[in-house]
Amino acid sequence: MNTQFVGQPIRRVDGRLKVTGGARYAADFNLDEHVYAVIVNATVGLGRIVSIDQAAATRLPGVIAVISHLNAPRLAYHPHKGAIDPATGERLHVLQGDQVRFYGQPVAVVVADTLDQAERAAAALSITYAAKRPAVDPSASDTTEIMAEASKGPKAYYPADTARGDADAALATAPVRIDAFYDTARENHNPMEPHATVARWDGDRVTLWSKTQFVVNEQAEIAAIFGIPTENVQVISPFVGGGFGTTLRTWSHVTIAALAARQVGRPVKLALTRKQMFFTTGHRPRSLQRVALGATPDGKLTSIVHEGRGETSRYEEFIEALTAGTGFMYSCPNVRTQYRIVPLDTGTPNHMRGPGEAQGMFALECAMDELSYELGIDPIELRRRNEPEIDESTGKPFSSRSLMPCYDRGAELFGWAQRNPAPRSMRDDREYVGMGCASATYPVLFSPTRARARLLADGTAEIEVAASDMGPGTYTSMTQVAADALGLPLDNVRFSLGRSDFPPAPPHGGSQTMASVGSAIRAACAAVLEAAARNREVRPIEAEGSAQRDPEVAARFSMHSFGAVFAEVGIDSDVGTIRVRRALGVYGAGRIVNPRLALSQCTGGMVGGIGMALMERTMLDARDGRLVNAHMADYLMPVNLDIDRLEAHFVDEEDPHVNPLGVKGLGEIALVGMAPAIANAIFHATGTRLRNLPISIENVLTA
Amino acid sequence: MLLFTLQKAGSPEDAIAAAQAGARYIAGGTTLIDLMREEVERPERLVDINALPLKDIRVEGEDLVFGALARMSEIAAHPDVLRLQPLVAESLIEGASPQLRNMASIGGNLLQRVRCPYFRMHDAACNKRQPGSGCTALDGLNGGHAILGTSEQCVATHPSDVAVAFVALDATMRVRGPDGERSFPVEELFRLPGDTPHLEHTLLPGELILEVRVPGGAHARQARYLKVRDRASYEFALVSAAAALEIEDGVIRTVRIACGGVGTKPWRMRACEQALIGRPPDRANLEAAAKLALEGTRPLAHNHYKIELLPRTIARALEMAGELA
Amino acid sequence: MSDTAQSFPTRVDISLTVNGEPVDARVDVSRHLVDFLRLDLGLTGAHAGCEHGVCGACTLQVDGEIVRGCLMLAAQLDGAEVWTVEGLTETGALADLQAAFVERNALQCGFCTPGMLFAAADILAQGGQPSRVAIREHISGNYCRCTGYEAVVDAIETVAGARARGEEVSA
Repeated sequence: MNTQFVGQPIRRVDGRLKVTGGARYAADFNLDEHVYAVIVNATVGLGRIVSIDQAAATRLPGVIAVISHLNAPRLAYHPHKGAIDPATGERLHVLQGDQVRFYGQPVAVVVADTLDQAERAAAALSITYAAKRPAVDPSASDTTEIMAEASKGPKAYYPADTARGDADAALATAPVRIDAFYDTARENHNPMEPHATVARWDGDRVTLWSKTQFVVNEQAEIAAIFGIPTENVQVISPFVGGGFGTTLRTWSHVTIAALAARQVGRPVKLALTRKQMFFTTGHRPRSLQRVALGATPDGKLTSIVHEGRGETSRYEEFIEALTAGTGFMYSCPNVRTQYRIVPLDTGTPNHMRGPGEAQGMFALECAMDELSYELGIDPIELRRRNEPEIDESTGKPFSSRSLMPCYDRGAELFGWAQRNPAPRSMRDDREYVGMGCASATYPVLFSPTRARARLLADGTAEIEVAASDMGPGTYTSMTQVAADALGLPLDNVRFSLGRSDFPPAPPHGGSQTMASVGSAIRAACAAVLEAAARNREVRPIEAEGSAQRDPEVAARFSMHSFGAVFAEVGIDSDVGTIRVRRALGVYGAGRIVNPRLALSQCTGGMVGGIGMALMERTMLDARDGRLVNAHMADYLMPVNLDIDRLEAHFVDEEDPHVNPLGVKGLGEIALVGMAPAIANAIFHATGTRLRNLPISIENVLTA
Repeated sequence: MLLFTLQKAGSPEDAIAAAQAGARYIAGGTTLIDLMREEVERPERLVDINALPLKDIRVEGEDLVFGALARMSEIAAHPDVLRLQPLVAESLIEGASPQLRNMASIGGNLLQRVRCPYFRMHDAACNKRQPGSGCTALDGLNGGHAILGTSEQCVATHPSDVAVAFVALDATMRVRGPDGERSFPVEELFRLPGDTPHLEHTLLPGELILEVRVPGGAHARQARYLKVRDRASYEFALVSAAAALEIEDGVIRTVRIACGGVGTKPWRMRACEQALIGRPPDRANLEAAAKLALEGTRPLAHNHYKIELLPRTIARALEMAGELA
Repeated sequence: MSDTAQSFPTRVDISLTVNGEPVDARVDVSRHLVDFLRLDLGLTGAHAGCEHGVCGACTLQVDGEIVRGCLMLAAQLDGAEVWTVEGLTETGALADLQAAFVERNALQCGFCTPGMLFAAADILAQGGQPSRVAIREHISGNYCRCTGYEAVVDAIETVAGARARGEEVSA
């Protein structure tokens, strides 16, 4: 493999556009003659719409249409499930009936000449409801847990139940035990760019300038909803202002934009407000978990029990990797996991950075820390004593696993040896100081992808894939891969993404873009070089290539990334303020294509983990399902002053099995592990074990 | 936003006349426009007062006088403020981001609306927005709400940081209305919710804030603001304390304490102050006095932690002020 | 909305300069500055992120001060001097900061970047070499959800040092 550029800290190729305001996000597309749509959201948490009085709204200047279930056309809503849609259940059919399933559900859309006019008309709509009390708290007695259809059976991707040995019996007889409950909050992704779609119909063809991490799925979903051929939908999404999973699915506002544009016969721009993003663009589900560990006095695990519950909606069964890491993280003869979901009267959750792993590893890694104190063994040493030879959940060898090298490197860089192991033993002036660590993991995904490569007469090349770049640097890293594969200078390669008429890519999520798109680009480049060698006259000349995981390799290896995360916190001895004084992550993530971009991706994920640990929580009022803090002033996430020293490092890791590039992905694992490392550091600082996230001043003071 | 009209006032008289005709004053707009976007504030007429000559910051003896339209950023960076009233500067810096500090006027800061998520949602019952409709926060998610000065009608906290400093420092304000000018302590600007939570301040119809005067003195030069919050920036106080101290011959001669985040208005802690006069500023005395702040507190379902946090915050703020000596 | 209010004018004429160019416009009084720039003038470099003054994506310069474009009415800006990232790119005023942001990879998705550059330029305009804490404080009104902030502080620190030493940083 030619690696002139791959592995180099190349500056991002889209940097100049982004620092000059030239990058165009969905809402930046201004079409001639476009009008504005504003969604009206339900103000009850469950029930039905009794009446909609639109007379006053319709009379206002500039109003073109008021569309609700009363007058909206019935949409086809043909069955369609993309790779990221819940396997069971049916998506929200928007403006198709009087039923209100959750607070904030779209119930009408107003279209007007200007944004202000549309907002005023939306406010002038008078809607009455017959409301019932919704169930929104998964820990409350009015909810019931279920086994998700897609998690049934031993072959399920996220199985409801797994077991090896007899974990409960082993727990009962274990010389040392811990058994605890953990609760992680509902979170919203809150990328900086709000969701937006500009829709324009030309006959029965529609073009969507839209924020999405999965352009071909948006194309297929809108085609299915409107009952038109897939090729009649064109999705354009050159820049995505952050996603973290929220734009993997095609949510109801995209349908509403297309519907409104078709109804009024003009292009429509629809941008969600920040508040509306909390209603209808998914969320990380709250989790309720029990982890019990049994061990011998010298720290060998004899039992792991991990029971987890996550939220879902009434109409779809959202499942994720809540207990997925538990089976292979540590060597243990007796392991039982159980995963259930709790249907609630809310919108459907969706994948948020490190989906499932973030919450599941929080519980498991806090439990490991608790066990280390119970045993009086250093938490890193405890993990070393339980480091498995193979993936004991499948019996397969790991394609590569660098957990202990990550710990060793991290411990050295972090100065773990300076830690006094006794809780509440370290102080710095007014702060109790604590140091904690935790493991991180995420699977190495690799999905079928196609790419197109074109060589031009002037010696340059064009590469096209329907991929996305929500920020990590897809534009840059793919340019590096293509330049190496073609033997061209970087400047001679132009990589384009974000169009549904390009060859299809998998979702820009699950840390698989580098593996999947990168491998397909290599294949396309090889194909075009071969074609060019056969035909030296014709230019431009193009070829497509594809890549997917070799099933034979997949059958032989267990493929995951691993990392070790360290945090040092300071807790104010008077007022309980919690400060992350420094944090450090070391990851074994295969080949690093661009260290300059990869380090940023990691520190960004770590800040996400700090938010999860200390701030982020979407609050619902159980009386009516109302989202109480659906805006950025009350939904706290870390700002610059909350962050002090952050470092990310990589251990050298060559993995020839995962994919042709030997990359493992970084986006998810960078968040996983941070929250437990912080919670463990808070215990070390204070001697108080706090198991519910986020951990706030209130918890520290009143524990 | 809903429809409204906007006119510009060229003089205080113009402004007051417009207000008498039903217009609301707009200066920096950082509260009003935010709440208009949420349709919580629904003024039909606005009068822009930014052109009025009320921007000066001046020193009179040891006193500082701020024109009502002086921006938070200008006051916070003013050398005389840093020299004579460091507490005012600190509370302003802690109060908002640089961009908002550049926009927000000192008069508007005092007139910020309460911090309550249900107040911000026009589809939730709120006695402040719609008298008699009920208080959603009383039995709702009220972790951020007040433990002092509440009523069955309203439990929301006042959000201003600098108002806490002003109340601690016995600041006064001068206002002009249709019937002339009057001055009164800033502390008297704020009303308790009682049975009339929709009335938040004591300004009469049409009255315009002209200036705020902060008396100086040795205690004002030795004063700190401690804001305890769940993140380090851009977040309202869980509890805050402004503390000013004058220590002579090892004992406290003058002390001023006011708190934010706990009251339905900025809350002066006079019992704590009295307990400290004539005593050495040692930790035991500070802690004992700080506990007196709990008199009359009434926690709600989700804000018991403020009972724990309030005295700790006061004691620490006093200690911080003492360290300036 | 009552009929009374509608009998008053709800549109006003404004004359201002945007990026050094005179602009005359008749605007709805409810038009926010950021929407005026983005929708009426096509200057999409300022972004609307939260629309209530928290996130900083709409940070702009008005009469030399950085402000929130989402909490300011265009109608209030008669006679004002407004600069957006497009204008300051053209004048070169941000060139060294822009180069440093790219060099240090102080951006990922880029949505917060124009606003962040304004906040960064503002602290640099105060001169000297600000501490990292001072930099963090000054840009704490500008959220970034991607980078982890470290690189942003690094980039600003670098430019402050270069400016203090009188070095030219090329774009």
